[in-house]
Amino acid sequence: MKQLLAILVDGSVYASWLFIISAGLTLIYGVMRILNMSHGSFYALGAYSGAAMVGWYFSTGSVPWFSFVALIAAALVAGISVGLLVERGLLRFMYGRDEVVMILVTYGVLLIMEDAIKLIWGVEPYFAYQPYTLLGRTKFAGLSFANYDFMLIGVSILIGLALWYGLNRTRNGKLLRVVIHDREIASALGINVARIFTITFLIGAGIGSLAGALTAPGLSVVPGMGIEVIVLAFAVVVIGGLGSITGALVGALIVGMSRAAAVHLYPDVELFVIYAVMGLVLAFRPQGLFAVANARKI
Amino acid sequence: MSALLKTVNLERTFGAVTAATDINVELNTGEVVGVIGSNGAGKTTFINMVTGYIQPSSGDILVRGKSIIGKSPRDVSLAGVGRSFQVPQLFQELTVLENMLIAFGFSVDRKLSFLKPLRSKEKVEKAHAVLREYEIEQYAEEVVSTLPQGVRKLLDIAMAMLAEPGLMLLDEPTSGVAIEDKFLLMDTVMAAVRKSDAATMFVEHDMEVVLRYADRVLAFYDGRVLADGPTQTVLSDAKVQELVVGHHLDLSENEASTSKESAHVRT
Amino acid sequence: MKTRSLALLFVFGLVVIAGGLLLPQWMSYLFTIAMGKGLVVLGLVLLMRAGLVSFGQGLYYCVGAYVAGMLTQFVGVTDILVIMLASVAVSVAIAAIIGLLLCRYREIFFAMFSMAFSMILYGLLVRNQFLGSTDGFNVANPSLLGWTPGAEASSDLVLIVAVFLVIVLGAVAWRYLKSLSGYAGEAVRENEIRLEYLGGSVFRVVYVKYIIAAGLAAIGGTITALVSGHVDPEMAYWTTSGEFVFIALMGGTAHVAAPIVAAVLFEALRTYAFAVSPYTWQMILGFALLAIILFMPSGLWSLVERFQNKKARKTS
Repeated sequence: MKQLLAILVDGSVYASWLFIISAGLTLIYGVMRILNMSHGSFYALGAYSGAAMVGWYFSTGSVPWFSFVALIAAALVAGISVGLLVERGLLRFMYGRDEVVMILVTYGVLLIMEDAIKLIWGVEPYFAYQPYTLLGRTKFAGLSFANYDFMLIGVSILIGLALWYGLNRTRNGKLLRVVIHDREIASALGINVARIFTITFLIGAGIGSLAGALTAPGLSVVPGMGIEVIVLAFAVVVIGGLGSITGALVGALIVGMSRAAAVHLYPDVELFVIYAVMGLVLAFRPQGLFAVANARKI
Repeated sequence: MSALLKTVNLERTFGAVTAATDINVELNTGEVVGVIGSNGAGKTTFINMVTGYIQPSSGDILVRGKSIIGKSPRDVSLAGVGRSFQVPQLFQELTVLENMLIAFGFSVDRKLSFLKPLRSKEKVEKAHAVLREYEIEQYAEEVVSTLPQGVRKLLDIAMAMLAEPGLMLLDEPTSGVAIEDKFLLMDTVMAAVRKSDAATMFVEHDMEVVLRYADRVLAFYDGRVLADGPTQTVLSDAKVQELVVGHHLDLSENEASTSKESAHVRT
Repeated sequence: MKTRSLALLFVFGLVVIAGGLLLPQWMSYLFTIAMGKGLVVLGLVLLMRAGLVSFGQGLYYCVGAYVAGMLTQFVGVTDILVIMLASVAVSVAIAAIIGLLLCRYREIFFAMFSMAFSMILYGLLVRNQFLGSTDGFNVANPSLLGWTPGAEASSDLVLIVAVFLVIVLGAVAWRYLKSLSGYAGEAVRENEIRLEYLGGSVFRVVYVKYIIAAGLAAIGGTITALVSGHVDPEMAYWTTSGEFVFIALMGGTAHVAAPIVAAVLFEALRTYAFAVSPYTWQMILGFALLAIILFMPSGLWSLVERFQNKKARKTS
């Protein structure tokens, strides 16, 4: 029973983390049809800027609670500015190209960003544990949980709601959905698709960086952390259906719970379980659970 | 003797839309059938079902007495049903000859060889012979994407005919082809088709083409078969004229006798 | 293949072997690794010609390497021919199973799914203490038909075998690309629907290529394992597969020699770049990748073709 509770909680925490990471990835794909491999690097960027900012912040001896704001601000600033650079400086010249070519392009961006991060922040690990320990722990049912992890769940729900609201209730959000459905029609309707693309990429990059920053306090920030993440994010996004935020949520839950179960019951197959689940879903529904409609063109 | 093609109460719906319903058609060897109807009338849906591209919602399709329901386009092709496309489906970045050789390899040889070169002297000659028959031999070394629509249509049809299908379905063979070239194209195609004794069904919007080449006409309207009979009869039918053809078609004796003659030329 | 080309190839092979034996150890070592990687990329190119970019060739590269390692280190089998056969057999068996699922996918799904399989192996190896986890383990020296060379000579042995394999497999691949199965790859890339209507099975065409690519990757992995004397799970990490994709793009898919030449260039560049500035190697790769995609999408081989065309025009 205790183990079940541990699995559920761990699974939820992991799922929240996965959702925050994957939401940006799936959004960018849905709108721009680009599977952004460099998403992992934005995650790392957020983690490094956030951790560095927290480190500096606490050295100034300011109010501890505010470090959260500093953390988030640093990540968003870093993510959005680099995102702007990547989108305006490179991607916008490549729209309309084959999807696989875009993977290769974003792979190039990933490689560049990985080394750029190393050059800026070095290869030694960063620790930004203060926000994590600041929130304390909760004990119940004989288990001990970090409150920071619960906050993560809260944040992911917030982000989910914000995205839902943004896409369904705001004018810009509806424009985004039109573009997701059919880029050509959207363009023919007079929608400024290029601007939509920029906004989308910035949102995706921003959320990605935010994910990194929020994760940083819970672990050590090291080179290569982005690369491990992209593989997981991809599994989540594919299970949920490329382009679907709801899909990312459901996918995150499925992967999160499966992984938590594996970690507690049979740790050796952790990564295997995630991909086995992905394989299982794809075997029955090759387009994912909540695939975005794709008009047939023959 | 079972008909070459027989559809029984064929129906296809897409959600609330009934694309085709109550389609009962029989086709025999050697027949040349024109399929007419305005856009959305169900013609292409019909062809897509008969070639296995989509599955009917209900009803049956029998080729030589055997049902092809559930079969993939590949299996249907292997069962002797050939098809050309409204938008020619070709290997765009390869040359006409390469397209032909690949078609030969899959339709005729049916063996996925690993080391035997595709371009053997013998095969190249055979391919050239077919290209000659369709009067596009001079384009053999050209890359398909650089060629005009008429040539691409002919290649598309030539490739489909290689397997010597018993039933050949041509989806708008003259669409996109310049008016002055339409008859030339159809002459070439029908000559090749008549040589092989295949039954042919072609979807057409150009009534002059239908008049000239079809002995029988299937008129589609609103997902149903409005009329099915000899060309002259169907095209002069009041209903058909009202809903499909319009009243301006010149069904003078000249045209009629030409098409009757061409119908009887076959042996 | 014309006799002249065959003769040239043979002479080239001899020259390379002689060079390998005479050049300093580190150079011939690099060259051997390049040969190994070139073979992996050759398989990848076969798939790319069919329109499929696999981000998971590292899976079979790693399998080939680990089979070689396990045979030499744990079973005591060191004969290089036996090892080659075994690693190809194991790889092909795995590919035959995975391919049944993977080859139904295209485009980004194929790319990412293939990556996933490679990462599964990585995950399994990293957790496996017996196989050394993240450290991997060492590989004993190979032998040939009873002859057990010393440490130095065994690298020469691997070099010779590598060059031999590259020439033979390259020639076979060249011939393969001229067959129906070879052309079928391009047909799949250009128009799958047409292929199906011609009675061809797109799945079968892709499946066969996937298995061939797996076999080639295994050979590459075995070569790498035997010459470097070490294997580790990094070989299955998706960035290794990314490297293969990069080399494939660098060389282009026009000719069977392109992957080999590109691999040699790549290894040379990498060694130099790493020596000069280890923290910017990936960045250089990234910029180079973008440059290739933007300015030279057919790879470096398009330069060769341009040169050949110029020559042809001059003589006519």
